[in-house]
Amino acid sequence: MEQNLGRRNNKYLAAGLVMTLLVAGVALLGVFWTPYGTTVMSASEKFHGPSLRHLFGTDNFGRDIFSRVMKGAGATILISGLVVSVSGAMGILAGAVTGYFGGILDEVMMRITDAVNGFPSVLLGLVIISVLGPGRQNVVISLVIVFTPSFIRIVRSEFIRLRDADYISRARMMGVGRLRILFVHILPNTMSTFWASVMIGFNNAILAESGMSFLGIGVQPPDATLGNMLSDAQGYLTRAPWYALAPGLTMVWIVLGFSLLGEGLRRTQT
Amino acid sequence: MRKRLLCCLFMALLTMTALGGCAGGTGESSGDKSSTESQGDSNATQAGEPKYGGSIVVGIQQDIDSLDPHKATAAGTKEILFNIFEGLVKPLEDGSLTGAVASDYTLSDDGLVYTFTLRDNVKFHSGEAVTAEDVKYSLERVSGLLDGTALISTMKAIQSVEIIDEKTVQVTVGSPNPELIYSFVAAIIPAGSGEDEAADPIGTGPFSFVSYTPQEGIRLAKNGAYWQEGLPYLDQVDFKIITSSDTALLEMQGGSIDIYPYLTDSQAKELSGSFQILSAASDVVQALFLNNAEKPLDDVRVRQAICYALDKDSVNDFVTGGNSVPIGSAMLPTLHDFYVDLNGVYGNAADIDKAKELLADAGYPDGFDLEITVPSNYEVHMQTAEVVVEQLKLAGINATINGVEWGTWLDQCYNGRQYQSTICGITCDMTPGYLLNRFQSESKKNFINFVNAEYDAAYASAQECVTLEERAQYYNQLQQILADEAGTAFLQIPPITIAMNPKLAGYKFYPVYVQDMSTVYFTE
Amino acid sequence: MRYLGKKFITLIITLFMVSVAAFVAFQIIPGDVVTSILGTEATPEREEQLRAELGLDQPPAKRYVNWITDVLRGDLGVSYRYSKNMNEMMPVTELIGDKLPVTLCLAAVSLFLIILVSIPLGVLWARSRNRILDAALSVATQVSMAIPSFFLGILVTYLLGICLKLFTPGGYVSYRESFWGFLGYLLFPAVSVAIPKIAMTARFLRNSLLTEMGSDYVRTAYSKGCSDKRVMYGHVLRNAMMPVVTFLGMIIAEIVAGSIVVEQVFGLPGVGRLLISSISTRDFPVVEILILYITFVVIFVYFLVDVLYRVIDPRISGR
Repeated sequence: MEQNLGRRNNKYLAAGLVMTLLVAGVALLGVFWTPYGTTVMSASEKFHGPSLRHLFGTDNFGRDIFSRVMKGAGATILISGLVVSVSGAMGILAGAVTGYFGGILDEVMMRITDAVNGFPSVLLGLVIISVLGPGRQNVVISLVIVFTPSFIRIVRSEFIRLRDADYISRARMMGVGRLRILFVHILPNTMSTFWASVMIGFNNAILAESGMSFLGIGVQPPDATLGNMLSDAQGYLTRAPWYALAPGLTMVWIVLGFSLLGEGLRRTQT
Repeated sequence: MRKRLLCCLFMALLTMTALGGCAGGTGESSGDKSSTESQGDSNATQAGEPKYGGSIVVGIQQDIDSLDPHKATAAGTKEILFNIFEGLVKPLEDGSLTGAVASDYTLSDDGLVYTFTLRDNVKFHSGEAVTAEDVKYSLERVSGLLDGTALISTMKAIQSVEIIDEKTVQVTVGSPNPELIYSFVAAIIPAGSGEDEAADPIGTGPFSFVSYTPQEGIRLAKNGAYWQEGLPYLDQVDFKIITSSDTALLEMQGGSIDIYPYLTDSQAKELSGSFQILSAASDVVQALFLNNAEKPLDDVRVRQAICYALDKDSVNDFVTGGNSVPIGSAMLPTLHDFYVDLNGVYGNAADIDKAKELLADAGYPDGFDLEITVPSNYEVHMQTAEVVVEQLKLAGINATINGVEWGTWLDQCYNGRQYQSTICGITCDMTPGYLLNRFQSESKKNFINFVNAEYDAAYASAQECVTLEERAQYYNQLQQILADEAGTAFLQIPPITIAMNPKLAGYKFYPVYVQDMSTVYFTE
Repeated sequence: MRYLGKKFITLIITLFMVSVAAFVAFQIIPGDVVTSILGTEATPEREEQLRAELGLDQPPAKRYVNWITDVLRGDLGVSYRYSKNMNEMMPVTELIGDKLPVTLCLAAVSLFLIILVSIPLGVLWARSRNRILDAALSVATQVSMAIPSFFLGILVTYLLGICLKLFTPGGYVSYRESFWGFLGYLLFPAVSVAIPKIAMTARFLRNSLLTEMGSDYVRTAYSKGCSDKRVMYGHVLRNAMMPVVTFLGMIIAEIVAGSIVVEQVFGLPGVGRLLISSISTRDFPVVEILILYITFVVIFVYFLVDVLYRVIDPRISGR
């Protein structure tokens, strides 16, 4: 029974790894090379269905959808990766301090995170983009603002749980410095929960970026992301269903790969 | 494959007929080919015997800004109110005016006194007959004579409104203006109704107001006592607000909308199997507007380089399916007497060498960065921007798109003039001077900061002319200056493309932005 | 009781902060309601007049104070953008009251679907000894959780609407016209909201059930000779449902707050669309109340979840 469970875990991990590596590889390749230019238009090749020439077909400007998906997936992964790493790092810092020390700082931080959490994330993005103007950096900034509070909460609750643990009180009695306790003794023990939330956060960031692009407040055309391609494609559903399917399924692929990876990691740890 | 080819041929035919119709501002029905039945009205779409009755749903893009016809300013509202209200005169499909509430008018030789004779039998939706009192009240309200606030700026010219007898009203203006008559399309409302109009609009039009639900739509019902015999045909018209044209497309495919007037070319192609697609030139001048006060666009050579780099034909191809009319200056080709074809100045195709040469001359041999601000809710402008970015790239200009909300666009670009360049459309009313007025140095609407003394002088001279013929000369000169100075990179007059239920006929296009439902009827 | 009091105060503080943030944001973002209503063709006099009518000629700080005192008195204000009968402005409460049923019904129908499908699915899954079924469910739920809601919306529109013609995409029927037609249309957006949540809930319930089934009292029940069914439905399911209920609570909050995108895809005139259009027309009173309302729902549901946990598990208390 135990053995069986172990093998299944590996299946999750393996499937997730294969899917993620595949899409990451293609996206990475897209940085250096795509079959066609991603913004090159061709009036004679509008709305061609998938073929050997154009693997995923062409769009309303006759651009090669496969090339755009390559670039778009890269952009989407890059943005989500940036968002998760920045807000994850900020979450660790703020969460560690507020969780460990508590007090007035904690109270203030919690009210702020409450407010940000309560605010619909798309709306918050809309407001921030209206202030900063659209563009890639600003999408990252607004998503960082949206995502940081949840990381703070997760890290904070882990720190609260651990700060009263026996081994920490003993360390304190032995006169270990605060910083050392925070980052050497507690932090490593919060990592499994943290990584799990990073996996979820990454997926949520992908969905949020696409959601923003979908509402027209994300990365601006002609740059491709999966979200703005999908948004453009909605108008051509009957004429060119492949236009919506290509970026949509790629997005599902990425999210699925990552959640399988996360699930696999979680199971091997427990 | 064959099927697709046939479809393409069909589309090409359709496009040609539509374009052919364009010149006269009309469309040709394509849905019902077997029909030979011709109605007396030559300008309307022709198909089948008109049936009275029935109700239809018309998709609109924007919510109503006010139901008070004098306070409504959004084009999207005026196009609907056209069915509820009428002025002393109203436009015809060819851009000329005809009597509505007034049956006739005369203008004194000095151009200062208009005498309107009211038509018999014109009744408000409330059932009361229109009197000279009502006309006087309405004109005084829009001109600001009533309370000091002019609601329609051109009407400020009115100095007094006199009732001569119960069927005659005399209007005196401060200075002669042959274009002012177009402003008398302003709605006639019952005397004293004023602010009540916003809640319970009462006019004399072919349809009367039934109800309005914010964000959902507005319902109109047939005005049985309409003064034009036999009109309207339909019993009820629902204008339904659908903000996204993508959603509208889906609704049309599902059959829940009968008429939708703002299709993009690709959308029209998706619907061509199950709908009649009609197309005509719109009243929108689309351009890559250049802020003349911003570096490096303050250099005329840079502006000219941009004009040379643009390929109007390919914008037309990609965005509007070849249905646009390319333009080289600010005038609608449908205003025949005033329009000069200036496409030749920079050509309809791109001239990259010329562009690069001018850029090098101006000190930008390696090009420069250009930000194009676009109101992102307008799909036509967004798509145009995508094509334009690619075209400018060839000339070495590195353009980026900055999509903003309409509210932001109004504030930053139009009113604040804080932008480098923008792609959008400016609408025209039927007066030729309207489009040219905004490019005077001191005009409040001069959002491109175009400053040219010669232009200002010519515009001033035009205003002193009493006849339209004299004005036309100056207006030609103005268009030429605007093109030579490359005040802005004019692109095209995009088409209005509407899809209509194949069972309907009688839709009319106007050179102004209106949805006239009075002549629409069911054929089966 | 003291706990409740404290929670209530933090709720008020949070709402206050959100309202200030929204107000400040509205001052910063470009665009103003007057130009957005009047467009480019209005006379300057008319603009002045409207600005004064809306009270926008006063300094921002004063406007905020006026607004919040009115709100505290229970007057939520009127929309700048929409007018009602006899030329008076549309009260925000009425405007939102009109759109709220759409969003709430969407949430209700979605929730109904989620419960209807996920609970039997979760139970079936937990009890299944069939490895293929287990693997199939596992893959299916993973995949459905990975689909972004708007892509799912597009897929539903395309497959069920355009290909199978089960419904008219965008052919929304108002609840005032035909309630059943309204529900019939809502079913499809609800399906696209529900699918990922069904997967989540089913997984959650399965795990919860498996944990329960491994616990001592179940073994005791079996050893007492209770039947399989009796153990399952009499004991295990009831206990396993508690965390699931709280999980569903969070889903409600998510649906209400996340309705913006789905309403956009399906053309539903609900609260989310009202919010988007009010932001673009800079209709501040409507936006402010909507944001407060959404924040309130989210925080309140989390609060309820919190309270429920305390009721179930008295060990979490004190702190």
